[in-house]
Amino acid sequence: MDIIIDGVVQAFRLLIHGDPEVARIALLSLAVSLSATAISLFIGITLGTLIGLTRFLGRQFLVGLINTGMGAPPVVVGLIVTVFLWRNGPLGMLHLMYTPSAMVIAQCIISLPIITGFTLASIQQIDPKLRLQILALGASRWQLLWLLVRDTRLPLLAAVMAGFGSIISEVGASMMVGGNITGQTRVLTTAIVMENSKGDFGLAIALGIILMILVYLVSMALTIVQQRSKTR
Amino acid sequence: MSWQLPAGSPYALEAKELSVVLDGRKVLDIASLQVYPNEVLMVIGPNGSGKTTLLLCLALLIKPATATISYRGIPILNSSHTLQTRRRLAVVFQESLLLNSSVWDNVTLGLRLRGVKGGETRVRAQEWLERFGIAPLAKRHAKTLSSGEAKRVSLARAFVLQPEVLFLDEPFDALDSPTRQALLEDFEGVLRETRVTTVMVTHDRNEALILADRIAVLMNGRIRELGTPQEVFGSPVDEDVASFVEAGNILRGVVGEQSQGLISVNVDGQHFEAVSNLPVGTKVTAYVPYEDVTLAVVAAETAQTSARNQLRGRIVKVFPRGSQLKVSLDCGFMLASVITKRSWEELGLRIGDELVACFKASSVRLIPKH
Repeated sequence: MDIIIDGVVQAFRLLIHGDPEVARIALLSLAVSLSATAISLFIGITLGTLIGLTRFLGRQFLVGLINTGMGAPPVVVGLIVTVFLWRNGPLGMLHLMYTPSAMVIAQCIISLPIITGFTLASIQQIDPKLRLQILALGASRWQLLWLLVRDTRLPLLAAVMAGFGSIISEVGASMMVGGNITGQTRVLTTAIVMENSKGDFGLAIALGIILMILVYLVSMALTIVQQRSKTR
Repeated sequence: MSWQLPAGSPYALEAKELSVVLDGRKVLDIASLQVYPNEVLMVIGPNGSGKTTLLLCLALLIKPATATISYRGIPILNSSHTLQTRRRLAVVFQESLLLNSSVWDNVTLGLRLRGVKGGETRVRAQEWLERFGIAPLAKRHAKTLSSGEAKRVSLARAFVLQPEVLFLDEPFDALDSPTRQALLEDFEGVLRETRVTTVMVTHDRNEALILADRIAVLMNGRIRELGTPQEVFGSPVDEDVASFVEAGNILRGVVGEQSQGLISVNVDGQHFEAVSNLPVGTKVTAYVPYEDVTLAVVAAETAQTSARNQLRGRIVKVFPRGSQLKVSLDCGFMLASVITKRSWEELGLRIGDELVACFKASSVRLIPKH
């Protein structure tokens, strides 16, 4: 019991006094996961909308692949990215291994199927006649895509939340491709794992609380946007 | 405001060899169809006859198996061509299909997609919101509107584009009767004033009679008859068309007298009675189904009947119509009835015989002409 109380006390002390190392770790976590979410959103929404609106050979197979990807274990993604970015790997010359960029790539791959899958589902539930109506109003193909995405913004915010949630809390891939290097690639989840294994529960709990607060703040911001556009 | 086409092609729109195949079945097979500038062409037909498919093909929203579709005489060939042409058209669907944003945003959307300047967009949108009586709703979210209001928004959204051809697919079908009546009157006023070339699909015969310059009857994917309302309703080409349009007499006249819910309609110096409260002097189109007209032989003592209208006339034409006969009488105006061949034989009728045509005042359907 003491461990927990000590941990919580230490956590609040760190939070109140503002430890520079903890702040740096938290900011890097946020930066990596937000950039990965942003990239995935751009690709995933476009991809999901295109697949949702078109019929082509192998579509079923692709949708099955996306659904599988929604549940892909982060460690496997980490392994694949590592193999590619390794010094002698196919993309080794980019020298991305053990950098925040490598972590962004891994997190993109984890969140992409989730965001694509959510987008696909919400685009498919649109009345097919709405598509014809938008075309009839004089929309080009790209204008049509944009208007459909805009019209389904409520379910798409859920896609953002699920995508961001899945990677800010992810640890396996970040550890494998980032390496948990102090001051360079250490993020909240990898730091928690490390402090936990060192037996420094106080610091681990403090980092855990910060992680929870970050997830809460981002989700809350998205929820406010979602609820506002619903009642307007 | 003018939607006049420049001189050139005689047709606003022309389709040739238009066919659509669905699951190996030809659901649409149209040899040729022309739409003249400024006319209102109503496409009527039973459910599943291909009306909506035809409309979507003409509006370039679905690709037919084969077709040559020309606007102002210029065939529409490739997809960039299609977009340019689509931007000269407007379509109103049965559902209002508003986007998840404000009324103003919905009404201005088409203009913004075309890159029309902000100032002009505002002026045009404001004008059409007012025309359809929805200016106070401009800031409302589209999903909070009643079905009647939403339909007005979707009509304003189409008219604001000043389309060369306006397409409508059963636009008033999902509305309750009072809402529909009010909107239909406003819509008719706008159509008459703008004279926009219109192709409208409906299965409501009244709408067709009120609005149409010409009517196309579509059955099993083919145009079975194309003509003026008088031609289509007055002398359908075959039994199928007749049974669909409930063929009948179309009489144009003026309300002469009015009392106790009955009016007297003057047609070519003759008159008959109808149940209505229309004011004296109103120009009307009266519709009397053939089936509601009975013929009686003129006898010394005619049997009394409750039918308000008994008109004397001579048989001028007899025409077989399936197992029945269509008998036309000259009663000062032409009035036709459908009777069985057996009745014809048992009454011993001939062309030139004098008869009395009877129909109830409540059998007359009246459509005021504005």
